[in-house]
Amino acid sequence: MSKHTIQKLAPFDPISAPDFLPPSQLRDLQLERLRGMVAQAFNNVTLFRRRMSDRGMEPGDVKSLDDITRLPFCDKTDLRDSYPFGLFARPMSEIVRLHASTGTTGKPIVVAYTQQDIDVWTNVMCRSFAACGLHRGDIIQNAYGYGLFTGGLGAHYGGEALGATVIPISGGNTQRQIMVLKDFNVTAICCTPSYFLHIIDQAAELGVNLKELPLRAGVFGAEPWTESMRQHIQRDSGIKAYDIYGLSEIIGPGVAMECPCQAGPHIFEDFFYPEVIDSATGKPCPDGVEGELVLTTLSKHAMPMIRYRTRDITALTSEPCGCGRTLRRIKRISRRSDDMIIIRGVNVYPSQIETALLKVEGAQPHYQIILTREKGLDEMEVQVEVTGDVFSDTMGGLEQLQARLTKSIETTTGLRPRVRLIQPHSIQRSEGKAKRVIDQRKM
Amino acid sequence: MKLKQLSLFLENKPGALSAPVKLLAGAKINILTLSIAEARQYGILRLIVRDWAAAKKLLEKNGLAVKATDVLAIEVADHPGGLAEVLAAIEDTGINLEYMYAFPLKRDGKGFFLFRFDDPDKAIGVLQKSKINVVGNAELFRRLDA
Repeated sequence: MSKHTIQKLAPFDPISAPDFLPPSQLRDLQLERLRGMVAQAFNNVTLFRRRMSDRGMEPGDVKSLDDITRLPFCDKTDLRDSYPFGLFARPMSEIVRLHASTGTTGKPIVVAYTQQDIDVWTNVMCRSFAACGLHRGDIIQNAYGYGLFTGGLGAHYGGEALGATVIPISGGNTQRQIMVLKDFNVTAICCTPSYFLHIIDQAAELGVNLKELPLRAGVFGAEPWTESMRQHIQRDSGIKAYDIYGLSEIIGPGVAMECPCQAGPHIFEDFFYPEVIDSATGKPCPDGVEGELVLTTLSKHAMPMIRYRTRDITALTSEPCGCGRTLRRIKRISRRSDDMIIIRGVNVYPSQIETALLKVEGAQPHYQIILTREKGLDEMEVQVEVTGDVFSDTMGGLEQLQARLTKSIETTTGLRPRVRLIQPHSIQRSEGKAKRVIDQRKM
Repeated sequence: MKLKQLSLFLENKPGALSAPVKLLAGAKINILTLSIAEARQYGILRLIVRDWAAAKKLLEKNGLAVKATDVLAIEVADHPGGLAEVLAAIEDTGINLEYMYAFPLKRDGKGFFLFRFDDPDKAIGVLQKSKINVVGNAELFRRLDA
């Protein structure tokens, strides 16, 4: 049996049982939890009480799931403004854990967990691993960072609850990661997709063939990526790359996770209620239409979130999935409303550049976008690493490569970039989230 | 008959050439000859070494983009018209000469040039028909050691 044999109908796994609830039962459960959570948030968090009162609402007004659209939104600014503990709904004596964002944009945000919250988080992470076919006996190398970042500990607790063996290696030290992958017979790895690309590169340089290892699954998340990048990873490493979605504000990783159908992450709807809205108007988007993902926690005690605007762009689908899960799915998050760059008035997402580059035969997804402003005009330079695969020994060949990359980006974005070919490994490798855009424009 | 040449992608910036050259020096690999093609932002370093496979592995292991290409070492008479004679043989054959450079070995009134043709196999046939000597690596290295 190959390491990728997937049975059409997975054997019954009690861990995943909640993923298969009949939709009506799931909706009932959501409503019951929503009502309880809104009451708690109203009673214990000033911000939510004030926002609801401003609209003349009180918790009793939430009578159906549709009523959720009448509730006010909240966003990252609210978390920053209430730094550090302003949104806590429980006294510190009940809070067993604090995490914080790395604060790449401004002040960090702090999130809190009661023991019950930790249990929920463990539950959804455990179900995430089970969803991609991992079980007791699997060896999970957890290369998400341990610490204030939620990735490391979230995956750790979930893996242990599953009964798998967890290696808490954390991020960084790529040579050691590869040694452990090989020597410990690791079967699954968790990290950002860009870091795994780096591992693929380094493994090749060290003469380690990832395809010959027992490694069969990657649980990748914490940054936007694309389907082309998934294909690239799967082709070069021989593993299945699964998309996991989450954010600290809601709980951490484990808000949604892909099944073996790899058709977009299923939201663990028994704990998180999803909506997709038009960013500009705040109105709900119909099924399948892209917009901003908004999440409501249904049973978070320490820090409930009502209609949190994630800035992640996706579409929701309730189409049945081949795996039989009744949980709705979101489209892979390949862009965020706030990583959009505007060049000469044109909206461009780094994911579009990535897709365009990977369309060119042999090109690697190692790139960086440098924005400059010359004489009042925006210039986009895309630096692309040249590899042995695409490299030609003739100047004509290199000029052709440059032209093909330029054309592909122009076709995708409508903007003509300057493509600069650079030596392999000149772009700094991230051990966490990749830095794709360097904006040197003086506004 | 064919000879392997290694081509390296290098950015056109200070120090770019030193990195591969130092690596080869450290591994005691001698560069028999080389040529550089340069554009504004990048260049191609082409070189010939005895053990091309080992050199390729070493350079790749150190993160360089390397490609092995077939080139032909052709004997050229060291007198006016020597090169013209060789080029005349491939004229009108549709074979394109991408680039060429000299190999530092001159014996008995004959020198050597390295030719990169778009179709090296076809070129070998054409040249041999014209009685032009295409030298394989064993023969070339033997003459170098003689």
